Amino acid sequence: MNAVAGLTKSRFAPSGPLIAVAAVVALIGLAIATGGPVIVRQVVSGLLLGAIYMTVAVAFTLTIGVLNFLNFTIPSLFMLTGMVAWASVSRGYLTFAGTWAWLVGLFIGVSVAVAASLLVERFTFRYLKMRHGDATEHAIPLVSSLGFLLIFENLILIPLGSESQRFAIPFKADIQIAGLVIGVAQLASCALAVAVVAALSFILKRTKIGRALRTIAENPDTASLLGVEVSRVVPVVFILTGLLSGVAGALFTVNYGDVSPFMGDNVGTKAIAAMVLGGIGSIWGAIAGGLVVGLAETLSIQYFGGDSVAMTVWGLVLVIIILRPKGLFGIASIGKGKM
Amino acid sequence: MSGYLSGTLAILCINLIFAYGIFITAVAGQINLGGAGFQAIGAYATAWLASQSGAPMWVIIPAATLISALVGFLISLPVLRTRGVYMVLATFAFGEVVAGFLLRSEIFGGAIGMVVPQHAELWVLIASAVMTTLAAFYLMATRLGLAMRSLNDDEDAATVLGVNARAVQVAAFTIGGAFAGLSGALYALNFGFVEAQYFNALLSIYVLLFVLIGGAQTAWGPLAGSLFFTILPELFRVGGSWRYFVFGVLIVLMMMVRPEGIVTRDLVRRLSPFAWWRRAGVAHGR
Repeated sequence: MNAVAGLTKSRFAPSGPLIAVAAVVALIGLAIATGGPVIVRQVVSGLLLGAIYMTVAVAFTLTIGVLNFLNFTIPSLFMLTGMVAWASVSRGYLTFAGTWAWLVGLFIGVSVAVAASLLVERFTFRYLKMRHGDATEHAIPLVSSLGFLLIFENLILIPLGSESQRFAIPFKADIQIAGLVIGVAQLASCALAVAVVAALSFILKRTKIGRALRTIAENPDTASLLGVEVSRVVPVVFILTGLLSGVAGALFTVNYGDVSPFMGDNVGTKAIAAMVLGGIGSIWGAIAGGLVVGLAETLSIQYFGGDSVAMTVWGLVLVIIILRPKGLFGIASIGKGKM
Repeated sequence: MSGYLSGTLAILCINLIFAYGIFITAVAGQINLGGAGFQAIGAYATAWLASQSGAPMWVIIPAATLISALVGFLISLPVLRTRGVYMVLATFAFGEVVAGFLLRSEIFGGAIGMVVPQHAELWVLIASAVMTTLAAFYLMATRLGLAMRSLNDDEDAATVLGVNARAVQVAAFTIGGAFAGLSGALYALNFGFVEAQYFNALLSIYVLLFVLIGGAQTAWGPLAGSLFFTILPELFRVGGSWRYFVFGVLIVLMMMVRPEGIVTRDLVRRLSPFAWWRRAGVAHGR
C-alpha cells in the first residue's frame, strides 16, 4: 500500500477517525463515570495538553512518513517559539505591550521556528543529498538533528539564561459551560490545533504539493523520475514541521505561562510517544495518540502521583511497539527502513 | 595525582565502557537509544547489593554486570522483532521505563536516590576500561564480530550466507547490556551515590553520539569518541554554555564532512604499522 496514502487515506480510512473518537470518548467516559468534578477538570486539561502533543506528534509523523527521518530538532523548534515570544514581549524588544505585543511576539516566534527548520534542511538533508545521492537511508540526519538540538537550545540559553521563566498568562478570559469553567484561550487552542492539522490533511490530500510529498514518501527516486522536483519539495516538509512545532509552542506558552530553554524536551518525548501509540506515518494516529497521552498524563497524575507519568506513558509505548508495532492506525511499511 | 585529573580519568573510563556497550549493538546495525536504562540497571543493582548484602566488590561488580546482561538478553527478544525507527524508539522507551520505574520504586530510594556504601579506587576503573577495550577488540576479530559487521552492511546477504541474524543480534544486545551495566556499576562505586534523574534520555543520546562520532566501523571508534567527548569539554570549560553549542556545531559539521565517524576502517588500515611492511612487500614483488 502507498506509504503516504497512509498519511491521508488508508483502506480503513472511514473507520480510522471513528476508532480515534471512540477510544478518546471511551477513556473520557470511564474517567468521568468513576470520578467527580475534579476528574472532569482533569479531562479538560488533559485534552488541552493532548492538543499540544497532537500538533507536535503530527510534525514528527510527517518527517518520518515522507523522509524516513526522526527529526530531533522538533523539540527545539517548539522551544524557540516560546522563548523568542517571551523574550520579545518581556525583554523590551518590542516598543509596545499588552495583547498586541503577545500576538506579534508569537508571530515572530513561529517565524523563527520555520527559519530554523529551513536551516536544518539546508545542513542535514540538502547537503547529504548532494554528497551521498540519498539522505533517507542513513542515521546521519538523525545524528545531525541531535547536533542542531544542542545548537538551538544553547543559542537560546546563553543570552536568556537556563531558568524557567514564569509570567502572567495573556488572553485571560473564562466562560462557563454546564458549571465548568473553561479558559477561552484553552478552547481557542484546541480549535487552532485541530484547524492546523485539518489544513495539513487537506494539503496532503488535495493539493499539487501534497501529491508530490506523497510521491516522495513512496519512493524519492521514482518521484524524481516522474518529474517531482524533490529538492524543491523537501523544504516544504521542513516549513510544515516548523509551523506545526511553532504553533504548538505558541499554544503551550499562552496557556501555561511558563517557558524555559528545555521546555521542548518533555513535550517532544511525549509527542514521540503519542506518534508511536497512534502509528508512525498516520495523521489520525498522531491525533488519537496525542489526546490519549495528554489524558493519560493528567489522569495518571491524579490517580498515581506526579512521578508515575513517564512509567505510564512509556510502558504503554513499549507494549504497543512490541505487540502491535504499527500502532493503532499505522501503516506497516513506514519506518522499517535501515537506520 | 590531582583530584581534578583523577576525576576526569574516572569519567573517561566509565564513558569508555559505556560507549563500548552501545558500540557492540551499533556494529550489528542496531541503534540503541536506551543506553541510560542499561547503565541505570547496573548502577542500581550495585547500590542495592552493596547496601543489602555487604558482599565484596569483586562479587558485586560481576553480579551487576550479569544482571544487566540478562536484562539485555530478555529485552532484546521482543525489541529485535521491530525494525528501523520502531527499534530505535523501542530502546528509547525501554530507557524511559527503567528511569520511570526507579523514580517510583520505594526499595531503590525513589526520587531521593541511594547511597553506595563501598568505593572503587581509580585503578579498578582503569583496569576495567582496559579489559573492556581489549575484549571489544578481540570480539571484533572473532567470527561473531565478523557476522555482526556483515549484518550492518547487508542483512539479507549475510543471512543468505548462513549468518543467523537474530541470534547474532541477541548476542550483541546481551554483550552490550553487560558492558553498559559494568559502566553503571563502576559509576555507582566511584561516585558513591545513584539517582534516577541522572540516567535520562540525554545521557542515552550523548553515549550514542560518542559511538557514532567516534566511528562504529572499528573498535577504535568508541575510544576516539570517548576521548574526544570527555577531554574536549574540559578544554572548553571556561566557555560555560558555549561548549555545548560548539559540540552541536561539531556534530553537524562531522555529519557533513565525515559521517562515518572520526576513525574509519580505511584510516586504521592506513595507519597500521603493518601497512608499511605490506607496501614494502609489494615493492619487492612478494
